[in-house]
Amino acid sequence: MDAAKKQELERFALQIRIGALEQFKSRGFGHVGGSLSVADLLSVLYKTQMTIDPKDPRKPDRDKLVCSKGHAGPAIYSTLALLGYFPYEVLKTLNQPGTTLPSHCDRNKTPGVDMTTGSLGQGTSLACGMALGDRIKGRKNRVFLIVGDGEADEGQVWEACMFASAKKLSNLVLLLDYNKKQLDGPVKEILDPLDFEAKFKAFGFDTVTIDGNDAAALYDALERTKKGGDKPFAIVLDTIKGKGVEEIENMAANHSVTADTQQWDVWQKGLIAKLENEEGIA
Amino acid sequence: MNIVYNGQNDPRAFKDVLGQVIPALAAEDENIIYLDADLMSCIGTKKWADGNPTRGINCGISEANMIGVAAGLAASGFKPIVHTFGPFASRRAFDQVFLSAGYAGNDITVIGTDPGVCAAFNGGTHMPFEDVALYRTLPTATILDITDANMLISVLKQCKDRPGVKYIRVGRKNAAKVFADGEETPIGKAIPLREGKDAVIFAAGIMVHEAMQAAEQLLSQGISAAVVNIFTIKPLDTETVLRYAKAAGRAVVAENHNKIGGLYSAVCEALAKEGVARVDYVAVEDEYGEVGPQDYLQKRFGLTAAHIVEKVKGLL
Repeated sequence: MDAAKKQELERFALQIRIGALEQFKSRGFGHVGGSLSVADLLSVLYKTQMTIDPKDPRKPDRDKLVCSKGHAGPAIYSTLALLGYFPYEVLKTLNQPGTTLPSHCDRNKTPGVDMTTGSLGQGTSLACGMALGDRIKGRKNRVFLIVGDGEADEGQVWEACMFASAKKLSNLVLLLDYNKKQLDGPVKEILDPLDFEAKFKAFGFDTVTIDGNDAAALYDALERTKKGGDKPFAIVLDTIKGKGVEEIENMAANHSVTADTQQWDVWQKGLIAKLENEEGIA
Repeated sequence: MNIVYNGQNDPRAFKDVLGQVIPALAAEDENIIYLDADLMSCIGTKKWADGNPTRGINCGISEANMIGVAAGLAASGFKPIVHTFGPFASRRAFDQVFLSAGYAGNDITVIGTDPGVCAAFNGGTHMPFEDVALYRTLPTATILDITDANMLISVLKQCKDRPGVKYIRVGRKNAAKVFADGEETPIGKAIPLREGKDAVIFAAGIMVHEAMQAAEQLLSQGISAAVVNIFTIKPLDTETVLRYAKAAGRAVVAENHNKIGGLYSAVCEALAKEGVARVDYVAVEDEYGEVGPQDYLQKRFGLTAAHIVEKVKGLL
């Protein structure tokens, strides 16, 4: 990837983060840590990998994204707003009464959200069903599946992995957001997941571990998944929870953060300044 | 409706009906897809599925995953039919049914075989007395407690294009024949099987046969009892329930389920405001199941014609 392309993707990731903070600022609290950790991934996915049409969000042969860690909704909403699925102003309604943007992803409420998630683990099986269905229908699309590292405590994740491998769902790309923290603390302390890459390999996936906050690494790894074959793909994303806002990155507990408008504003302005100063991005 | 009940079993076992109808529906409709959790051999679908691997999907022993996969297939444009034993089709995978299918708007049909005492020799671990109670809490779900082979065929055909989550509880063995071959049993319509003025027996599933036997015994004692088949537990045919309860003033609800949360609860909820009848139940008390032959279990848990007779007489 050339430098200009990389910078474009980094700028879009910054915009995603800014839009996510717009939502948290409006509501005063939210799942900021796990939303910011996947912003780079969403930038690369939507800008370089996914064939989609914001004017036809339910087109059957579109590429699909299942964010099984449904609490990263605000990062998805920000991305979708930037892509034109709905007006940017809607971001201010996160979790307000009657909103189309609930904490957790809801396919029936938000244009562009491909699957409802929130009860952790369930998105993995849903994505398998979608990938299987697309394959049987002869569609050429891929299904991207974001799984949280804490979420991988759920047994259903591994049931789904066995299924994906047994049914040779090579149109499924699992993206494990290994941001090292879950609600109650470090994943290694809560329920040590051991070696994710070794686990996915053992479950029959084509697996690689990359810097999940690096656009070029994300692009290269995702490009590889276009080759098909007879294995599903798992990319372990080594990420930082709260990535992009240093103060949030350094919090011991940043799964959900509550702050006053002024504080959110300071964090958001920091990101806006980076966006305006292109040299600051790289 | 042509009722042919004479107390004799239909020669077709439910499992054989499932084994024939599921492939037949798949042949008619390219969007029918069938999933099972390692229990294909129990309903005679395995040979067909082995030959049609894109239409019959064995998910292995992973019911939660199976429901999620089915919901994902629904999102891809399919009409999934899922089978496992009743306890796993309900409590084992309930959060997946609730969210991945129900809440997410992915329409699926779930078949839970061997409800209640039909689990017989698989025993208490496999004996769902609570499956209806769970599914009743699922907004807009359809719950069907099957009486005979003909009804099963009719219901399966209706479910495939019916929106929402459909839960079919049905045994695997033979059951008493009630409906003439080819008779359609429209979902949502209670079916009066027998008229009577002293009491009405509302029954579902295997308890319909017991209710018919009870009504005959009561008649020999000079008591006239109506029997209404409420195979659609949700949405309940409130109008028919009210009409029969009001006419007789006494109702006994007979179900192969815990008395909490099932048909008895549904009927009581429908009647409470109107205050038109005294209501009693023939259902499982608030306890767990156990192992044994089905006839023993029906006596053990109070699910026989004799129990219905006693309850009806108790209301007179």
